[in-house]
Amino acid sequence: MQSRAIYIYQERVINLIIKLSGYSSILFVTLILLFLAREGLPALSKAEISSLFGTRWYPIEGLYGIWPLLGGTLIVTIGAMLISLPLGIGTAIYISEVAPPWVNNLLKPLIEVLAGLPSVVLGFLGIQVLAPFLRPFLNLPTGLTAFTGSVLLAMISIPTIVSIAEDAFNTVPPSYRQAALALGATRWQTIWGITLPAARSGVLTALMLGVGRAIGETMAVMMVTGNAPVLPQGLNALFMPVRTMTATIASEMGEVATGSPHYHVLFFIGVVLFVLSLGVNIAASSVSMKTRKRSERVLS
Amino acid sequence: MKSWFFSLLVVASLVVLSGCGTGGTSASNQTEEQSPPSAYIQNKGSDTIVNLALAWAERYQQEHPDFRISVTGGGSGTGLAGLINGTVDIANASRKIKEEEIQAAEANGIEPVEYVIARDAIAVIVNPHNPVSQLTMQQISQIYRGELNNWQQLGGEDRPIVRLSRETNSGTHVYFLEEVVRLGSKTDESIFSADTLLLPSSEGIIAEVRDNPNAIGYDGLGYVTSDVKVVAVAREPGGEYILPTAETVNSGAYPIARDLYMYTSANAKPAVKTYLEWILSPEAQQIVTELGFVPIVVDVSQTSGKP
Repeated sequence: MQSRAIYIYQERVINLIIKLSGYSSILFVTLILLFLAREGLPALSKAEISSLFGTRWYPIEGLYGIWPLLGGTLIVTIGAMLISLPLGIGTAIYISEVAPPWVNNLLKPLIEVLAGLPSVVLGFLGIQVLAPFLRPFLNLPTGLTAFTGSVLLAMISIPTIVSIAEDAFNTVPPSYRQAALALGATRWQTIWGITLPAARSGVLTALMLGVGRAIGETMAVMMVTGNAPVLPQGLNALFMPVRTMTATIASEMGEVATGSPHYHVLFFIGVVLFVLSLGVNIAASSVSMKTRKRSERVLS
Repeated sequence: MKSWFFSLLVVASLVVLSGCGTGGTSASNQTEEQSPPSAYIQNKGSDTIVNLALAWAERYQQEHPDFRISVTGGGSGTGLAGLINGTVDIANASRKIKEEEIQAAEANGIEPVEYVIARDAIAVIVNPHNPVSQLTMQQISQIYRGELNNWQQLGGEDRPIVRLSRETNSGTHVYFLEEVVRLGSKTDESIFSADTLLLPSSEGIIAEVRDNPNAIGYDGLGYVTSDVKVVAVAREPGGEYILPTAETVNSGAYPIARDLYMYTSANAKPAVKTYLEWILSPEAQQIVTELGFVPIVVDVSQTSGKP
């Protein structure tokens, strides 16, 4: 009897600990949001609003236009997705549908290694190898462009995309493929017509998480994009220098006086980043949930 | 970010330093453990000066094992703020102390004393393949304002100009803005062209200039390597084009040079004054040359510093 009471007691304590750790992440996110808002929102009153939404970022003269930074982040991220999505999804399809097991045993650890590479190392490669190569290759004025950053970000987000997309392909029931093949579809037709649509939600989640991974990356981007706060105009901005929000925070936070307008504006940029990645994550989860409902409908 | 790196670097080198100390001179170390060092100097400030200050501290501690000098970066403003608060004995600054900083210090009962400890020339650099090898101050200003956009306009090849600069939090950036882009005019409000590449490190500027024939950059003379080309600069159109060297900087002929300062309190402990006098000695100024800065001409009447 007594031992049973102890077990019940233990059970309760463990339950409580698990519950607390579950709630703690909610607490942390709330605290971070509160802190960001407390430090960032005064920017709206301390810096002139017209300057905050202007097109020139030059903080030492009180010009706090965040459009060039927002545009820089968006263009680098879009560029990264244009590169990493086909490569990542392609790799995932190859691993889960085509490759023989021994290739998988080789490929998967290699992708893990890519995931584990510190981004500053990639930045080094970018500044020493990629940028000097791209300038003459694409005949650009300089190799330090948004595109260089996009290539590095693609390398950083590919492992995320591959592993999530691969999981999505693996959850497609084998009977789907068998049915397609039995009806005379080729392997490619099966992949393109059956497996990929069936794994659609997972693939979209992979894309969104890839975006999330890319949007917050700092070091590699700061080293290779040239950090010129030019407002991107049109697609050729991909091949010009840009300055991202993360790079701005990282390079300027160190020397800014606490409580100055510049300090609050940097936190305001943090708020914008937070909202952006929150939006991306919400989009990712809503997409996957919506499609699950649809597939449930189909199955029933 | 940069200052954080520097602080780490400094801490790391101090650790290495102290490690060397215990390995090399174990005898003197034992006496230190028994009696605390006779003088402890806290030295903080400009990231431009931090390597130089560290080299001085290292050499001085070798010669005076009873001295402990702690050197940290963080920026000119950080060092001066420490001096004002009384937490720092010597503040390193790559700019002159501001009027409001003097007032704040005096409010705390500290009278700042200024020492010019070295000079730093800022070299304008281009790729070795760029035929342009001399520019006037006005031309450099127009390049960085975005008014000149092709090397052809300056007698070079038909190539776009890629402008490189340090980040806006760098003292060198501010100096370049005030003295070169605005040509020293206080009323001039012009700023760097928006497409100026802001690179986080001096090494980044050197690397890009080395690889890119379109690029123009500026950097402290101490950072310039032999694989980039230093441009000769003329103060006025039609004036003489001058390359930065110790002589041209000290004579004032080279236009883009600034003084580097150390500030201390007028009633600082005697050890601080001894140390600063040593810094102005020929032996210490030799280290200035080794690190690529320009030594000051040691003038006997000036060694006590001016307020």
